[in-house]
Amino acid sequence: MTISMKVFRYAIPVPVIAALSGCEAVVLSPAGDIAERQKDLLLAATGLMLIIIIPVMALVVFFAWKYRADRKATYQPEWAHSTKIELVIWAAPLMIIICLGALTWVGTHLLDPYRPLDRISKTAEIPPDHQPLEVQVVALDWKWLFIYPEQGVAAINELAIPANREVEFRLTSSSVMNAFYIPAMAGMIYAMPGMETKLHGVFNNPGSYQGLASHYSGWGFSGMRFKAHAVVEAGFQDWVAEVRAKGGDLTREEYLKLEVPSQNESPRTYASVDPELFNRAVNLCVEPGKMCMAEMMAIDDKGGLGLEGSINIQSLTHDKHARRGNAEPVLGVTPFAVSSICTPGDIALMLTDTDEKPERRSNPERMHGHALPVPTGVFGRMSSPAIRDASRSALPEPKL
Amino acid sequence: MAIPDNVETTFLLGRLNWDAIPREPIVLATFAVVLLGGLAMLALLTHYRLWGWLWREWFTSVDHKKIGIMYMVLGLVMFVRGFADAIMMRLQQVMAFNGSEGYLNAHHYDQIFTAHGVIMIFFVAMPFVTGLMNYIVPLQIGARDVSFPFLNNFSFWMTTGGAVIVMASLFLGEFAQTGWLAFPPLSGLSYSPWVGVDYYIWGLQVAGVGTTLSGINLLVTILKMRAPGMTMMRMPVFTWTSFCTNILIVASFPVLTATLVLLTLDRYLGTNFFTNDLGGNPMMYINLIWIWGHPEVYILILPLFGVYSEVTSTFSGKKLFGYTSMVYATICITILSYLVWLHHFFTMGSGASVNSFFGITTMIISIPTGAKLFNWLFTMYQGRLRFELPMMWTIAFMLTFVIGGMTGVLLAVPPADFVLHNSLFLVAHFHNVIIGGVLFGLFAAINFWWPKAFGYTLDVFWGKVSFWFWVVGFWVAFMPLYVLGLMGVTRRMRVFDDPGLQIWFAIAGFGAVLIALGIAAMFVQFGVSIMRRDQNRDLTGDPWDARSLEWATSSPPAPYNFAFTPVIHGLDAWAEMKAQNATRPDAPYLPIHMPKGTGAGVILAALSTICGLALVWYIWWLAALSFAALVVAAIAHTFNYDRDYHIPADNIRRTEDERARLLAQGV
Amino acid sequence: MSTTYWETEPHHHEDGASTNIGFWVYLMSDCLMFAVLFATFGVLHGSYAAGPGPQDLFDLRLVAVNTAMLLLSSITYGFAMLAMAQGNKSATLRWLGITLIFGLCFLGIELYEFNHMIHEGAGPQRSAFLSAFFTLVGTHGLHVTFGSLWLVVLMVQVAQRGLIPENQRRLLCLSLFWHFLDVIWIGVFTLVYLLGVI
Repeated sequence: MTISMKVFRYAIPVPVIAALSGCEAVVLSPAGDIAERQKDLLLAATGLMLIIIIPVMALVVFFAWKYRADRKATYQPEWAHSTKIELVIWAAPLMIIICLGALTWVGTHLLDPYRPLDRISKTAEIPPDHQPLEVQVVALDWKWLFIYPEQGVAAINELAIPANREVEFRLTSSSVMNAFYIPAMAGMIYAMPGMETKLHGVFNNPGSYQGLASHYSGWGFSGMRFKAHAVVEAGFQDWVAEVRAKGGDLTREEYLKLEVPSQNESPRTYASVDPELFNRAVNLCVEPGKMCMAEMMAIDDKGGLGLEGSINIQSLTHDKHARRGNAEPVLGVTPFAVSSICTPGDIALMLTDTDEKPERRSNPERMHGHALPVPTGVFGRMSSPAIRDASRSALPEPKL
Repeated sequence: MAIPDNVETTFLLGRLNWDAIPREPIVLATFAVVLLGGLAMLALLTHYRLWGWLWREWFTSVDHKKIGIMYMVLGLVMFVRGFADAIMMRLQQVMAFNGSEGYLNAHHYDQIFTAHGVIMIFFVAMPFVTGLMNYIVPLQIGARDVSFPFLNNFSFWMTTGGAVIVMASLFLGEFAQTGWLAFPPLSGLSYSPWVGVDYYIWGLQVAGVGTTLSGINLLVTILKMRAPGMTMMRMPVFTWTSFCTNILIVASFPVLTATLVLLTLDRYLGTNFFTNDLGGNPMMYINLIWIWGHPEVYILILPLFGVYSEVTSTFSGKKLFGYTSMVYATICITILSYLVWLHHFFTMGSGASVNSFFGITTMIISIPTGAKLFNWLFTMYQGRLRFELPMMWTIAFMLTFVIGGMTGVLLAVPPADFVLHNSLFLVAHFHNVIIGGVLFGLFAAINFWWPKAFGYTLDVFWGKVSFWFWVVGFWVAFMPLYVLGLMGVTRRMRVFDDPGLQIWFAIAGFGAVLIALGIAAMFVQFGVSIMRRDQNRDLTGDPWDARSLEWATSSPPAPYNFAFTPVIHGLDAWAEMKAQNATRPDAPYLPIHMPKGTGAGVILAALSTICGLALVWYIWWLAALSFAALVVAAIAHTFNYDRDYHIPADNIRRTEDERARLLAQGV
Repeated sequence: MSTTYWETEPHHHEDGASTNIGFWVYLMSDCLMFAVLFATFGVLHGSYAAGPGPQDLFDLRLVAVNTAMLLLSSITYGFAMLAMAQGNKSATLRWLGITLIFGLCFLGIELYEFNHMIHEGAGPQRSAFLSAFFTLVGTHGLHVTFGSLWLVVLMVQVAQRGLIPENQRRLLCLSLFWHFLDVIWIGVFTLVYLLGVI
């Protein structure tokens, strides 16, 4: 029995175990189109690499067996160079990587979490009057806050989403970095304090799925989980009605209470939400009198507030600043925040004015770059008349 | 234990008071064991009157071989600590199901996974790799020592000082609860108000000085100290990979130092680099730390690629296939390692083009890495393979590492990363490459070079026992993590609610036990080999019929390495000498110029460590005093001009004659 | 036997050749540390947190004097090296002394500037811009402080032992260090002060 063969025997279970577990691994059997396509890419990439990995592993074992000292096979101690072999060993991985690179480039752009969906599922196109459901997500210590601006309701650690409707998540965090992840729906994205990230996803199969915080954020991190319920449209309306009936008002004061660290929170809901709340959370100005980041950045763009600005500060009293104690930098000054100088009216205007221009949905039929002209010449002539005609009719004039 | 809410600081002890001593039984028990073990050790050392010997022959030695061995010992000691953390995590994750909280509270568990990462990377892998390079490189290039022998000693003690600071956190206060890279804002003062992150910062800063200086030292050694005739393209591959590693160290550790300085300022002065408010930008920290962090991965693996090259060609009885392409592959990896850092946070929301750029550069690294693997493969082709322990580890590496490489490339595909990032799949991946690549390589290296360092070979039986427990244990421990990752399980979780996962954690835990047995077998192997050293004595200095210069001298080598400087005419210098029957010359021995040992390194590093600890606890008078003492001691050291001596020719003749006698006896 | 495999003649390594290149490598690593600080300043240079900006804080005339001090100190260090090459110990010491005075003037002016800013309420805590400013300029200042200390030590050593090879090598290293700080200062002056005010 050769040693190398023994090694190989233990290496075998790798794919076997992976295959056995395939049926229960949510990443490999998701419930939403985006995660489904991410899985496809994962499998395609694995397949591509196995083209080279399997022969290499086989060769290692074969050579280890064949050229054992006691087998007295051909022995060429001086043989150390072969241009042909060198070419192959550099070129073969290169070819694989070129294919994989192309796959990556296209896949990354198609599945960019910021990109609005180009289809609801493999079989369903986006309906013409489609409006994605917007959900604002705030990662708190240690629970998730979901705000439905359209419906004016909010929920803690519970997410209800109509199936087969695109959801646009806008995410931020109140304290430290976190990541928002519903494995069955789509990949994760960070939720960061003072910043907004975006994620587009859709559920195709109704059901209850696990959602979680997938970036370590401190003590209560393990309990920062929620159930994402994908329901039919009518069920979603029922849920909203139910939430409205239950009452509860998520004001700025209530949010500041929510920000106080707590663990393993059970789900609960709010019938109404301060419409400015999410934007204030992103701008770190839920506390009264504190300057919003947007205001600060606008002032900074103009060169700051001058020397007078150095005294425009207030001390921080809110617990959030030191969520685990009242630590002050030992050699520095007492923590402070900058006071707002805008009137409430200005701020309201500023916070409601953050609506972006409607994003342009790319042509769902096929992907093409808007700046690239239709190929002409050899390749243009070679393409089938159907495709050529379609390109001519569908492609808008490049606009600069 | 609750973190003290508002710690009073006193002048004398800063933040330090009785509450700083952990009350948890696990920690107390560990403390007791360490204390008793330490006392027993001290008693033994005193009883056998070894203190003077230790101080003279080891602690103050500037001999690169002794420093190399001390690095390996440091790595081994810290490995036991790091592995204890790993076992505790595995146990917690097996237990914390069905409403159970497990046996570790969040404060304790979060420290453990942070300490595990920090210790394994900075105080296990780094000392192992540095120690290996320290021992082997000067011998391989035919030098008598490194360029700056004193600096070498100082670097070692700084690394040890960093380790001491991190270890102190176990029994005094707490360690960071942030994950091994301490991302702000979590590592900022507002969210980590007590001493944990400060321990992290000062431990890494003190050790980082050592690493950077040792990087400069080895880099210059390779550039300037090569034996006559050894051009760059005649250097052994291990020396080449060490060269690239040290370039990476010099070009990346300053980034870590600067980044940690900024974090320190945020914590001590209240500046706003990485805060949420007042214009700070935490994303900048994550970029900066990974600009260091990714090259760090290659700092760890490249020297081991060199080891595999040496081992494969030695035990195949052949020249290394494709030396030139091996060298260029190493250089490619060195350069590319700076162009991939963003793949550690695709999920931060950079645009698709940025993500794909970094994804594709990451994949490109797999091309030179793949070329290296093929080169080893074709070195085996038409060779005469001897399956000694180093070669067994190498084969295990090849079969393990390709899987780790494959999952790595998978994670480099951004959309795939979106579903696997921060999951246990990622954890399995990097353990797959670090254990399968770095650790297996280290075990190959230890088995390969042990006879060089000590003059006798390691016990084969226990070596094989260790090998099989390790290899099987590795697969059993980490395959389940791949599966769990595909089930959407995130890393650093303490408690689970889905009972279906428990079986996988149980399998992983069982694998960890197998690995523990592998480690135990390794220690038994060392013990047995030391006891039977007279049966396994190697008198030739070349037990494996190897090919590079370190095997041309005695085992263990004399302090001056080579009585006569070797002259190089091609690759595989020693193999060529053997082929040409080049006998050692009869010329008269000449006195050899060598550096003197000095205690300055120990003193300076000890003062730095005290200063670090004082800063952790806000004991300002001690920090100021130790810093002042540090400056004064450093200046005093520069007034010592008497730093070298000559080994008289007579001594050399005696040593070499003795060796000739033993050689004749052996033959 | 035609090829020799062992060198039987004494093999002489040039003394200090390694030190020179080693010090260069160290300077490059130091340079990278400054690169990080410059990059940080680049990212944060507009984040005033509604506080004062460079236009409100910097006084270019003061910075010009400061720059002149450092540049002059580099020139006088050059003279010290010339004197060293001629083996003139007392001239070397004299020029080193003048260099030290310029260096200390530079530090004094910088401390005055920092002190002034902090008293205006524009300390390193006020905004990310100020944090980055104080850290970048302060790190350079710490280097100059360290260089000055080294300079004093070397002056004592030269006075004690004369221009022996070890001391010459050390003077050369400090010379590299001193000029390196000059180069960094040019970067600071341009990117922080000039671009900030213009």
